Amino acid sequence: MSVLDSKIPAGPLEKKWEKHKFESKLINPANKRKYEVIIVGSGLAGASAAASLAELGFKVKCFCYQDSPRRAHSIAAQGGINAAKNYQNDGDSVFRLFYDTIKGGDFRAREANVYRLAEISANIIDQCVAQGVPFAREYGGLLANRSFGGAQVSRTFYARGQTGQQLLLGAYSSLNRQIALGNVEMFPRTEMLDLVIVDGHAKGIVTRDMVTGAVQTYAADCVVLASGGYGNVFYLSTNAKGCNVTATYRAHKKGAFFANPCYTQIHPTCIPVSGDYQSKLTLMSESLRNDGRVWAPKNKGEKRPPQQIPEAERDYFLERKYPSFGNLAPRDISSRSAKQVCDEGRGVGESGLGVYLDFEESIKRLGENTVRERYGNLFEIYEQITGDDAYKTPMRIFPAVHYTMGGLWVDYDLMSNVPGLFVLGEANFSDHGANRLGASALMQGLADGYFVIPSTIGNYLTHQLGKRPSVDHPEFKKAEADVRARTSRLLGIKGRRTVDSFHRELGLLMWDLCGMARSEKSLQRALSRIPSLREEFWQNVNVTGGNEELNQSLEKAGRVADFLEFGELMCLDALERKESCGGHFREEFQTPDGEALRNDQEFAHVAAWEYTGPNSKPVRHTEDLQFENVHLATRSYK
Amino acid sequence: MNLKLKVWRQKNAQSEGKIVDYEAQNIPADASFLEMLDILNEQLQAKGEEPVVFDHDCREGICGACSLTINGIAHGPSATTTCQLYMRHFKDGQTIFIEPFRARAFPVVRDLMVNRSALDRIQRAGGFITARVGSAQDANSILVPKKDADRAMEAAACIQCGACVASCPNASAMLFVGAKVTHFASLPQGQPERQQRVLQMVRKMDEEGFGNCSNHYECEAVCPANIPISVIGQLNRDYPAALVKDSVV
Ligand SMILES: Cc1cc2nc3c(=O)[nH]c(=O)nc-3n(C[C@H](O)[C@H](O)[C@H](O)COP(=O)(O)OP(=O)(O)OC[C@H]3O[C@@H](n4cnc5c(N)ncnc54)[C@H](O)[C@@H]3O)c2cc1C
Ligand code: FES
Repeated sequence: MSVLDSKIPAGPLEKKWEKHKFESKLINPANKRKYEVIIVGSGLAGASAAASLAELGFKVKCFCYQDSPRRAHSIAAQGGINAAKNYQNDGDSVFRLFYDTIKGGDFRAREANVYRLAEISANIIDQCVAQGVPFAREYGGLLANRSFGGAQVSRTFYARGQTGQQLLLGAYSSLNRQIALGNVEMFPRTEMLDLVIVDGHAKGIVTRDMVTGAVQTYAADCVVLASGGYGNVFYLSTNAKGCNVTATYRAHKKGAFFANPCYTQIHPTCIPVSGDYQSKLTLMSESLRNDGRVWAPKNKGEKRPPQQIPEAERDYFLERKYPSFGNLAPRDISSRSAKQVCDEGRGVGESGLGVYLDFEESIKRLGENTVRERYGNLFEIYEQITGDDAYKTPMRIFPAVHYTMGGLWVDYDLMSNVPGLFVLGEANFSDHGANRLGASALMQGLADGYFVIPSTIGNYLTHQLGKRPSVDHPEFKKAEADVRARTSRLLGIKGRRTVDSFHRELGLLMWDLCGMARSEKSLQRALSRIPSLREEFWQNVNVTGGNEELNQSLEKAGRVADFLEFGELMCLDALERKESCGGHFREEFQTPDGEALRNDQEFAHVAAWEYTGPNSKPVRHTEDLQFENVHLATRSYK
Repeated sequence: MNLKLKVWRQKNAQSEGKIVDYEAQNIPADASFLEMLDILNEQLQAKGEEPVVFDHDCREGICGACSLTINGIAHGPSATTTCQLYMRHFKDGQTIFIEPFRARAFPVVRDLMVNRSALDRIQRAGGFITARVGSAQDANSILVPKKDADRAMEAAACIQCGACVASCPNASAMLFVGAKVTHFASLPQGQPERQQRVLQMVRKMDEEGFGNCSNHYECEAVCPANIPISVIGQLNRDYPAALVKDSVV
């Protein structure tokens, strides 16, 4: 039997969560106060978990690296959040959202988790509205919806192009209320640098105060990581600059299995790269594909401006290849199609790495005002960055790294294989399989934090009363000493290259060799180059300043050091998964017309990696995926 | 392009700061202002000097972290956040002063980074609707006229960057507090706690050392989230009304 026990409850799919909640252990109100919970992260997942657990009576400590919990990266989500409300009466249901998510994930997610997510989705909208989240409304006062990729119903709720901001502010306001009541202690500008394990259980963390440099330890009855995704391993991504893998990777080194690290999502509609000084990529929300049409010139090396290219010489390649989903084909498929067009030499813009997203037709149909009302702020961002007015000329877009489906392995209770370590939001691997559908990350983060963890945490905690160690325990002292030693080592190298230069080099390497398309050859090359880059880093990086001060160079160095190890794990996972599925496209495994070719016989499983030491190959464990409610089929969006 | 930079350097909250001159060379016009500072920092570190510290994260104009005063204007010459300001707004050879957001309530942490946690504390004092998880009714059972929802959204778009405070001669936080108050006051869900909310937030604002509004409207001019000055009007109506009701009870 596999060492991974997903603890999926028995019984029919629709009854699993209800039954599990009933069977889950409750903790009596007087005892809740005796438990302390550490939460790393204040994004949608972390803030909603902190607020909900505190409301139940647990004592919570919440950590984030920004100066305010409200600045967590969730704030940047634009397009919307899905929920199976069927307010539009267009045939949506819990089962349809479940089905779309399983299919969108290319049959690499757990049925039970996804069904629960779809069930909870409706409660999330209720909760957010009660908090005052100003979702878009129709004239009659009802909530408005739009559609997103991979779905043929309108189930996405939104607040202009700032849905993540408004949802996070809702969670942040609830968190604030609990901070004011004294139930949550908030630690902004504090970075978690290690996990402390006592007798096999996660019981605390080591942190660095980013203003004073003070290294500290905190003990708790359990630890919840909600530290977001690892897209910045590619250096250029749509993630915020501070997003990192440090919290989850260090937990991995302490025993937590890392699941499916090779599943990364490349978003089809981002602003193309303009130069090597570029520090990040900007997403243009997928919601634009509701009204924008994606095309490229039919001719190679086309030099005319878009307006002068006649209709007959344009290739609306998504509409052509996927007539039933058209411009709303899922992200992995849309991104790959854009790449193919550019590989054929039909890309636009100076670099040839871009395709058009054109609003001319919808402006004609709807009027500029309606388009402005729907997407005004996105058009503004586009103009600020590129200097182009997208009401007049089509946007130029290109795929960019956006989201990571992989993450720490968790069971149905969202607990990792390390007892007492829970993982929520983008940091876990649980619900999106090999490809996430648009507007589903916000849904998952809030489902995990508001509704799942409050019900499941008791299953672990009931057995833990009075077992919280003190920070004087030798394991805490050791972890703290390790963190200090690592910091001194980084500061002592005083080499000749900046931290960023290593990060850029790693990012480029990952993009070229483990990006939108991968092959055995490219991955082997990455696997031979990453260790030497890492070695050079530890010999030649220049981290300026000292520890006992605010030191952004040191902060980055710690994160890049982790990316340099993690990148290797990603490539290894990509190499071992000898199939194409969702965001993981192996060139050797494709259908004659270039679509991803899954291998369900051998790979209908989760790969979860165990760390076995600095110089030894990690061990690959598997959890088989059972499909009892949807038929394993080749995805078709045609 | 090449630029002459005059940058505020300050080791920590306790020490004195000063303006230091730097040359930024070969800056592409398509680079953002923060990317220009990245280039400067790479050059400084190559010489073994410590990079200039500044707050930033999303670089998309939404997280509210970036916070530079550029040639005396919070977020600089275009009405965006600092991270959305592009070098094409500057001329070759230009001198640029770069300083932190200045306000009594925003002490400098290091160089260009300030401590804006006072704004978090104001929100903590009352900027929320008490809605226990698990007890919400169906979302469509609360009807909100589109006009009110749009008004709430317009106010809720605040990114808490603090430019309003930094640009105000009195370092007032009225635009910020007005935005919060207006967001919740525009929605039916916000009514039960409306009075208490405005009283507590205003009390906290005063405690934190923010000044009063004397109608300069600089805040509205620099706000990257386009929060309209009318939210201060809302605050000025709600606050006295709440005071009166409070004293009656
Ligand atoms: C530009 C953009 C647009 C998006 N749009 C959408 C959308 O429209 N719909 C959708 O569903 N999804 C969208 N997504 C995806 C979605 O926003 C994220 O997946 C989701 O918000 C992640 O939430 P989270 O709570 O898991 O993590 P985050 O919001 O990333 O929060 C991570 C938290 O962990 C903290 N942290 C991290 N590391 C440490 C450490 N070492 N120590 C201490 N604290 C740490 C951070 O401070 C932060 O508080 C978008 C993503 C991007 C990049
Ligand atoms: S860095 Fe986020 S708003 Fe500027």
